[in-house]
Amino acid sequence: MEQETKLLEVKDLTIQYITDESTVHAVNNVSLSVERGKTLGLVGETGAGKTTIALGIIGLIPDPPGKVISGSIKLEGEELVGKKNAFMRGIRGKKISMIFQDPMTALNPIDTVGEQIAEAILLHEKVTVAEAHKKAADVLELVGIPAARFSDYPHQFSGGMKQRVVIAMSLACNPDLLIADEPTTALDVTIQAQVLDMMNNLKSELDTAMIMITHDLGIIAEMCDEVAVIYAGEIVESGGLAHIFDETAHPYTVGLFNSLPGVAAIRDSKRRLSPIPGLMPDPSDLPKGCKFSPRCPFGDETCEKAAQDLIEISPGHLVRCRNWIKPKGEK
Amino acid sequence: MGTLLEVKDLKKYFKVPNGLLHAVDGVNFALEEGQTLGVVGESGCGKSTLGRVILHLLDNTGGQILFEGNDITSAGKKELRVLREKMQIIFQDPFASLNPRMTVSQTIAEPLLIKGKVSRREIEKRVSELMEIVGLADRLVNTYPHELDGGRRQRIGIARALALNPKFIVCDEPVSALDVSIQAQILNLMMDLQDQLGLTYIFITHDLSVVRYISHEILVMYLGQVVEKAESQDLFERPMHPYTQALLSAVPLPDIHHKHERILLKGEIVSPVNPKPGCRFAARCVYAEPVCSQKQPELLEVGPGHSVSCHCVEKNKPK
Repeated sequence: MEQETKLLEVKDLTIQYITDESTVHAVNNVSLSVERGKTLGLVGETGAGKTTIALGIIGLIPDPPGKVISGSIKLEGEELVGKKNAFMRGIRGKKISMIFQDPMTALNPIDTVGEQIAEAILLHEKVTVAEAHKKAADVLELVGIPAARFSDYPHQFSGGMKQRVVIAMSLACNPDLLIADEPTTALDVTIQAQVLDMMNNLKSELDTAMIMITHDLGIIAEMCDEVAVIYAGEIVESGGLAHIFDETAHPYTVGLFNSLPGVAAIRDSKRRLSPIPGLMPDPSDLPKGCKFSPRCPFGDETCEKAAQDLIEISPGHLVRCRNWIKPKGEK
Repeated sequence: MGTLLEVKDLKKYFKVPNGLLHAVDGVNFALEEGQTLGVVGESGCGKSTLGRVILHLLDNTGGQILFEGNDITSAGKKELRVLREKMQIIFQDPFASLNPRMTVSQTIAEPLLIKGKVSRREIEKRVSELMEIVGLADRLVNTYPHELDGGRRQRIGIARALALNPKFIVCDEPVSALDVSIQAQILNLMMDLQDQLGLTYIFITHDLSVVRYISHEILVMYLGQVVEKAESQDLFERPMHPYTQALLSAVPLPDIHHKHERILLKGEIVSPVNPKPGCRFAARCVYAEPVCSQKQPELLEVGPGHSVSCHCVEKNKPK
């Protein structure tokens, strides 16, 4: 079964930001893979390294101070780490494209949205300007914007519409992999619902694989097939949706779920949320052992001393914890 | 417990180049002491303006604000100063709402200094007391905001708001800028404070799970108007306004077994500048009838403590 090459295979990726004062260990030995047509969710809090992983894959780590220290990133079996910029330019927008969090800053304010989309098409495909314009108008229609708005400028669109334009741009060359970095965080919930719904439809229509970066477990539940939970630059738990939501095994993932007010929450003066105590460690000064141990309710001396490897606790379900929590009913 | 705050037909219009922007348009509610009123709605619905007008940080265009029975809309500068001891605000962005050049203790002490007539020793004592209440370690007393994370900064904002023993606090998206694990810490703190100090909150947020968790009663706002008002649990179990129904269904749930039907709204929020007569939600509403674009619906009681502003409320009652 495993013979077929995965669309994207990341192995032991380590990325650091090195300055004179300190070295920020942003991403530490992250391995993940994405299959064609599937969606992988990366979930974690601010500063966990989610965006750095995405920038690493697409080859946009600002250097200096950022450096890919080690590891490999293979797209359809082809190594991307160490490739020249010119080569990566051919990949970006064509095979892998990215949707950024803030649609307000992702668009060029002095160019019409149609021109901006056509630019990507002209760069990657041998087409005439007229053909590129036609195709740009088509993708605008695809994301639900009338082609008549081709010549409008970004400021003439609302936030939700701008994000649709950004999505249209990223889909213009039918990429194999779409990386969406918090695509709906800046939007209102009813608009978020429209955009997520559209992305789900497009995904099944175009069969594009996706990496969905978010801090919202609700979005993960609706959009993803596989999930990786990131903490302090490491994957602490990964697996299928059911593994993460039904058989939550890592104390950090459990803490994330417990921090949510949840759907059944009602005002009750006795009831309180059970948040994770403390803060995420400073990535330039990470604990030696398990990086979650200072905040972990089950942490002990052994956890503090030695780093923990990922353990496969059931097929496809990986957990970086010695004291992982067994599913209910098992001892 | 009595009514602490009563708002009657409150209006706030802003002059903009192409007309009048109806930010808050005829809002009515009463708030009991010790309760939390949640105000939800999307960007631009007027929820932050409502909070600011109630505190008189912005002048109102019309209507009344009765605080402890007195109309404060006409209060002069001196009266306002006394009033502000009782009514405070916690802002959304703990990065922008603190003076970067003031230490933690200076920030918390400032309201005490402005009030005056306190000795330095009393101020010091009160500052360390407040820091303990909000869970800030003593050693942070001389640190500056940039040395602290978002959660701690928001704790400073809370301590500052509590400095003069207010009765009433407007919380304007106090946890929106925070990660969930920190957000939970701050929400717990705010509920503990309410229990201990008998505080009354108006809690403004766009996050529906947060508002449900913290509020006794909830107002749902759309384009400056209240479209639905109900007790927290009632609102979530029996939303009656089509907008509330769509809003609640739009939230992605962290649950892979219970998929709910999404009601997708057409289009986007229209401009609040010179709104047309009729229901402001009509253009996006699935139930809209001709009457909706002609006549403005009134906020009418449909059940105990549950009011809805919709012509078609009978049609979309939950089964």
